Amino acid sequence: MNLRYQLATGLVLAALAAGSAGAKTLVYCSEGSPEGFDPALYTAGTTFDASSHPVYNRLVEFVTGTTEVVPGLAESWETSEDGLEYTFHLRKGVKFHASDKFTPTRDMNADDVIFSFERQWKEDNPYNKVSGGTWEYFNGMSMQDLLKSIDKVDDYTVKFVLNRPEAPMIANLAMDFASIQSKEYADAMLAAGTPEMLNQEPIGTGPWSFVAYQKDAVIRYKANPDYWEGKPAIDDLVFAITPDASVRYQKMKANECQIMPYPNPADIEAMKADPDINMLEQEGLNVGYLAYNTKQAPFDNPKVRKALNMAMDKQAIIDVVFQGSGKIAKNPIPPTMWSYNDAVVDDAYDPEAAKAMLAEEGVSDLSMKVWAMPVQRPYNPNARRMAELIQSDFAKVGVNVEIVSYEWGEYLDRSKAEDRDGAVLLGWTGDNGDPDNFLAVLLGCDGVGGSNRAQWCYQPFEDLIQKAKVTSDMAERTKLYEEAQVAFKEQAPWATIAHSVVFMPVRKEVTGYKVHPLGGHIFYGVDIAE
Amino acid sequence: MLRFIFSRLLTFLPTFFGVTLIAFAFIRVLPGDPIIVMAGERGVTPERYQELITQFGFDRPVIVQYWDYLKGVLHGDLGHSFVTKKPVWDEFFTLFPATLELSLCAIVFATLLGLPAGVIAAVNRGKFFDRTLMSSALIGYSMPIFWWALLLIIVFSGWLGWTPVSGRISLMYYFDNPTGFMLWDALWSGQKGALWSAIHHLILPTIVLGTIPLAVIARQTRSAMLEVLSEDYIRTARAKGLAPFRVNGVHALRNALIPVITVIGLSVGTLLAGAILTETIFSWPGIGKWMVDSIFRRDYPVVQGGLVLIAVMVMIVNLTVDMLYGFINPKIRKR
Repeated sequence: MNLRYQLATGLVLAALAAGSAGAKTLVYCSEGSPEGFDPALYTAGTTFDASSHPVYNRLVEFVTGTTEVVPGLAESWETSEDGLEYTFHLRKGVKFHASDKFTPTRDMNADDVIFSFERQWKEDNPYNKVSGGTWEYFNGMSMQDLLKSIDKVDDYTVKFVLNRPEAPMIANLAMDFASIQSKEYADAMLAAGTPEMLNQEPIGTGPWSFVAYQKDAVIRYKANPDYWEGKPAIDDLVFAITPDASVRYQKMKANECQIMPYPNPADIEAMKADPDINMLEQEGLNVGYLAYNTKQAPFDNPKVRKALNMAMDKQAIIDVVFQGSGKIAKNPIPPTMWSYNDAVVDDAYDPEAAKAMLAEEGVSDLSMKVWAMPVQRPYNPNARRMAELIQSDFAKVGVNVEIVSYEWGEYLDRSKAEDRDGAVLLGWTGDNGDPDNFLAVLLGCDGVGGSNRAQWCYQPFEDLIQKAKVTSDMAERTKLYEEAQVAFKEQAPWATIAHSVVFMPVRKEVTGYKVHPLGGHIFYGVDIAE
Repeated sequence: MLRFIFSRLLTFLPTFFGVTLIAFAFIRVLPGDPIIVMAGERGVTPERYQELITQFGFDRPVIVQYWDYLKGVLHGDLGHSFVTKKPVWDEFFTLFPATLELSLCAIVFATLLGLPAGVIAAVNRGKFFDRTLMSSALIGYSMPIFWWALLLIIVFSGWLGWTPVSGRISLMYYFDNPTGFMLWDALWSGQKGALWSAIHHLILPTIVLGTIPLAVIARQTRSAMLEVLSEDYIRTARAKGLAPFRVNGVHALRNALIPVITVIGLSVGTLLAGAILTETIFSWPGIGKWMVDSIFRRDYPVVQGGLVLIAVMVMIVNLTVDMLYGFINPKIRKR
C-alpha cells in the first residue's frame, strides 16, 4: 500500500486515540444501516450487530463462536421437573449505561427483566405500541403462546412459567429480541414524552455504550468501564457504514477499517494472498435446499425424490454458484449445530442410477417446475443460476424442467400453497442455534401450508422432533435429532444443496475475533495491536 | 416578473397533486405485500397478518387511505417509516443535505469544465481539439458509473493514496452536523483540518457524479455555439474587428446559453433524485440509496413521502431555471 496513505491513516488513528491516552479504536466497515437500536423491534442481522451485541446483554448468552448457551445477566437458573418453570438468579451489581438524557440510580434487577418481555407481550404495557412495535421475533418464536407468566420472586430472582414444556426456551432467551432494557430509562423517557428514545438512543448493560449515529454513515460507541465481564479492550468502536463490498475491501487495504463482513466472492483469493489480512472462515448456520411438493404425484413417492437428488451434481453448484464459498449439505441442519449427524451418507451423484430408479418407479417424460428466488441470500447467492444447473442435470435423466420466478413477496407467499406446482429453491438461517429451529419450523407437520415448503408431514419424523422439544436432557435430545436426520434422508422431502461458508477478512493487527455461527459480528474479546 | 413567477407557481398545484397520486399508486401497483416481504422466510401466521394489516391501516378502502395520506401531506405529516419507525420528514431532511451538497458540487464541476470545453470545441470545429473533446464526452456519457467509480477508487485511493476511499469526512473528526452540509458544518466546527478532510472526501464522488452531466453540457454547448456562430450578427461582429474572445465569449456564448441552462437544470433535477450508484459506492448517506432500499422493503410511507419531496425539489429547480431564462432573455418573461 502507498506509504503516504499509510502515514495519513496512522495519523488518523493516532488522532482518534488522542481523545484519551492510549485509547484503542476499532473501525468495522459494516454492510448496511441499522433499522433502529431496539433489537426486539427488528429481525435483521445488521441491526443486531449495531444494537444487541455491543449495547445489550441477555439473561443467557451464546458463547461467541459457538451455539453453546452460558449465563449472562442471570448467574444461574433451574428448570422444574415438569419443564414448565424456569427460575433465573440475576447477577448483582450490573450497571446500565448513562447518557446526557439519563443517569441510572440503581443496578439492573428483576423489574428490568420483566419489563423487557412484557412490553413485547402485553398490550396494556405502555411500550407495547411505541415505535409501531410489531415484535416480530417475540411473536415468531411463539413466545406469546408459550409464556404463562413472568413473576418477580425477589429483586434478583425471576420465574418464567410456561404453558407447555419447551426445551429450546433457554436458547430463545439468548436471542437478540430477549435483550434486557432498563425499566428506569423507559419510565423516564415515557415521562418526558419521548418513549421512542429507547429505539434511537439505546441504554443497555453491554460492553459498549452508544455515543452517536449519523444516519447511513457512522455509528460510534465507547467502552463501558463498568462492564460486568470486564472493560473491553477496544475503547472506541466505530461502524463505518459501507454498502459496497468492493469498497469495503479497498477501505480495509487502506486501513480505513480493520474488519469487514461479506466480501465479494471474487475478491476472496486476493484477500487470502494479502499479507495485511487474515481471512477467517466458517460454515454459516444456514441451509439452502430444493423442496419438492410431497403432496403431488409423482413427488409423493420418496423414491422419485431420491432419484432426482441423485441426478443433481451438487459439486458443480458449489463451484459455479457459490464460487467456492459454500459446502455441500447432506443434512437439513448445518455442521456447526449440535446434534448434526455426520454418519448420514449423502445421495451420491449418479445420473445413470437415477434414471434407472425413475424407470423402476414408472416415471417417464416427467416435466416439472423449479422455482428460483429473485433475491440473493447467503444460502443461495444466485438462485437463477442454480436452477439452470439443476435444469441441465435433470435433463440428463430425462426430466424436463421449466424455471419460474416471482417477485420476492409473491414468491414467499405462493410457495406456501399446498397445491403448489413445482419444487422450490429456498433456505433458512438459524435464529437460536437449536435444531428445533430448523427441523420443526421447516419440516414439522404444523408448518405444512406455511414454512414447510415440502408440505411434508411424516409421522415417524414428527414424533422424534416433538419428543425432542419437550426433553430437557441434552444427550437425549441429541439422539432424537440424529435419528430425525436419518428419517429425513430416507424420505428425501428436499434435495439439501449447500451451507454457505462465511468469510471474514480481518486486518493482521486485530486479534481475538471469532466468526460467530449465528451470523452476528461481535467485538467483545477483540483487541488491536497499537 | 412577479406575475411570471405567480403563473409558474399556479402550474405547481396540479403537478403536486398528480405526484401525490402517482406516488401513492406506484408503490401499491408493485407486486409484493409489505408484510410478507418484511417477514421474509420466517413468514407470519394468518392471525398475525390480519393484526398487522389493521395496524398499518391496509384494511381500509384505498380511497380512504389516499385521502388520509393527502391530508397528512397537506399538514406536513408524511407518516412514519414502517422500518425505522421514524417520521419520513425527519429522515428525508437528515439525508437530503448530503445529496444536495454532492449534486451541487457535481454540477459546478460539470459546468466549469463542460462549458469551456464546448466553446473551445465549437470554435475549433472539425479540428483535432474538437474531435478529442467530443469523443471524450461520448466516452464520459457512456461510462458505466459503477465501473468508473471503482476504477477511480483503485487508482487514486488504492495505488496513489491521494484520496480517501469513501465516506464524507475522516472518522477522526466528530462534531454535530446541524445543517447536514458537511462543508459548512466542518468549516464552523472549529476543528483544524476538518474542512480539508470534507473537501478531500468530496473529490472522487464529485468527479464520478459530474461525469455524465459534464459530457452532456459540453456537447450541448458545442451544438448551441455552432448554431449561434453561423448567425449574421456574429459575422458582423467579426467584420467590425472585435477580438475573437469578445465575439465568442460575449456575443455568441450569451445567446447559446439558453439551451445549455435547460440541460444544466434538468441535470440538477436528475441528480437531486439521488445518485443511487454513486451514493452506494462512496457510502454517501443520501436519499438515492434510502429510496431504493425503501422500495425493496415496500416501506410505503417512505416511498410515498420521499417521491413527493423529491418531486417538490425538482419543481423548485425547474422554477428557478424558468426564472433564469427570464433574466437572460427578457422576451420569455413577457410571453
